Amino acid sequence: MIRLNDLKVSYRIGNRVIDAVDGVNLTIPDNCIVGIAGESGSGKSTLMKAIYGDIQQPMYLSRGSIDYGLKGTDGKPVTTANIGKEWFKTVSYIPQSSMNSLNPVIRIREQFIDFPGTDSNKKRVLERARQYIGKLGLPPEAMDSYPHQLSGGMRQRVMIALATFFQPELIIADEPTTALDVVVQKEILMLLMELQEQMGNTILVVSHDMGVHYQVTHKMLIMYAGRVVEYGDTESVFADPQHAYTRMLIDSLPTIGDDSMRGVMASAAGASGDRAYDAQPVLVEVKPNHFVAQSTAAKTLVAGATL
Amino acid sequence: MTVILKTEGLNKVYRLGGFAQSRQIHALNDVNITVESDKPVVIAIVGESGSGKTTLAKTLLRLETPTSGRAIVYDKVVAGSGATPSRKDFLGLVQPIFQNPFEAFSRYRPVDAYLNETARRVAGMDNDQAEVAVAEALTSVGLNYGDIRGKYTGQFSGGELQRISVARALIPQPKLIVADEPVSMIDASRRMIIINLFKKLRDEAGRSFLYITHDLATAYYISDFVAVMNKGQVVEFGPARQVMSDPQHAYTRLLLDSIPTIRHRWRPRAAAALG
Repeated sequence: MIRLNDLKVSYRIGNRVIDAVDGVNLTIPDNCIVGIAGESGSGKSTLMKAIYGDIQQPMYLSRGSIDYGLKGTDGKPVTTANIGKEWFKTVSYIPQSSMNSLNPVIRIREQFIDFPGTDSNKKRVLERARQYIGKLGLPPEAMDSYPHQLSGGMRQRVMIALATFFQPELIIADEPTTALDVVVQKEILMLLMELQEQMGNTILVVSHDMGVHYQVTHKMLIMYAGRVVEYGDTESVFADPQHAYTRMLIDSLPTIGDDSMRGVMASAAGASGDRAYDAQPVLVEVKPNHFVAQSTAAKTLVAGATL
Repeated sequence: MTVILKTEGLNKVYRLGGFAQSRQIHALNDVNITVESDKPVVIAIVGESGSGKTTLAKTLLRLETPTSGRAIVYDKVVAGSGATPSRKDFLGLVQPIFQNPFEAFSRYRPVDAYLNETARRVAGMDNDQAEVAVAEALTSVGLNYGDIRGKYTGQFSGGELQRISVARALIPQPKLIVADEPVSMIDASRRMIIINLFKKLRDEAGRSFLYITHDLATAYYISDFVAVMNKGQVVEFGPARQVMSDPQHAYTRLLLDSIPTIRHRWRPRAAAALG
């Protein structure tokens, strides 16, 4: 279980401080896929970076903390300070553009050996890697190819193979299928779901496509302007969205067979960094496992819901 | 009825490999589509990566020469044998919008220079006319010339930059705009701005679009006609509503089944999995 305690992540640019993630309280249970949606500038990538522990200038944690509730390979609990050593082993990351994430000048098999802290017996690692990529639907020749010789879908499979090779407890997938066409996207998403069921770990999926979220996630997290506006079981969020912004996200994309006019789900607040839309929203549990941000004006409800 | 777009036996073969062991790739394999209409239309070309969509676009933009066959746009043969219009006339008839607006414009040049240049070189305007035309084009995509002037690509978001690309394409008053994956590099939350803009330009400014995409949902949303491509061939072609609500070809059905919808799931998502 991962717990975010009043997490605030900021960027310092010159004399300006931008709070990209502004006071997020959240509990992510084990063994599930959690989807994160929101427009650009809503802070979802920053939140993912903070959870992954990739905190580099000008980004910094200005308040709050993350409890991972995970044990590292050395048996010690994982914290923000030592998470770097657990990358790929306990916590791994599937980046958005697999094209740019694989080392272009070495073969796929060398990318497996290139891992920090892999078994020193290269033969054994390669043997295991070769078997493993076979399970993920890649031909064995892929191991001997350079990244540019593989298609986009194959490269994304290689990235997933690298990210899941050590069966990590937590995987963060940032837009894992954005650059792929629909047929390949479906294959990759099915693969992710299968792997999650086999490994029983937690996967955080960032995507702007509400269809993808509906297909793969167990829980949904909707972010807006650096804050969580809705969090709950996917079924409940889609069947009965509570926040106006969630409803807009669900309704804004066109669907085949539906001719109604679609609006634009962009708002000024997301892009311009204007965080003044609501003073301090509080998450309120409106239904079991379904939380919605409500303005502090209505704080007589459940101020400081335990989330 | 005007022939908005017609391809007659269009073929494009790429040769790969060395002299002894060269392979041929049929990027376009006997493509025949005809769109006739009195009103401007949006024609969508859909298919997965490698299906030949981009080759078709490049052929229509004269960036590739077809191996055989020809293409007709608004009653003029633009590509293949008997292609008549001069380069300047051609650019006044067909204009492109590319996938990645950050690559379409140089980083080292203000973007309005491209718009001005298009107005002067392609549309043959003098400086004053160009100024007016650029301002008008930017207004029609919802931007203000004053906010754009002298700025570089890094100062815009992908969506804004793509709207500037659309404005640039509008300056020579083309009949057909070929848009190759115009929204795939843009933030998804801003995509509908571009899509709705195409719709508006079709209905209000009388521009036709060739919309190349792998996103069937937006294709359904704006298109009048749709051609489904697979391995260089058009496997299904017809009015968009008809093709997508009653697909005849197995490949079209595969594409439609692969769209993540919020209606039915591929795989059950049991809430019981939660710890």
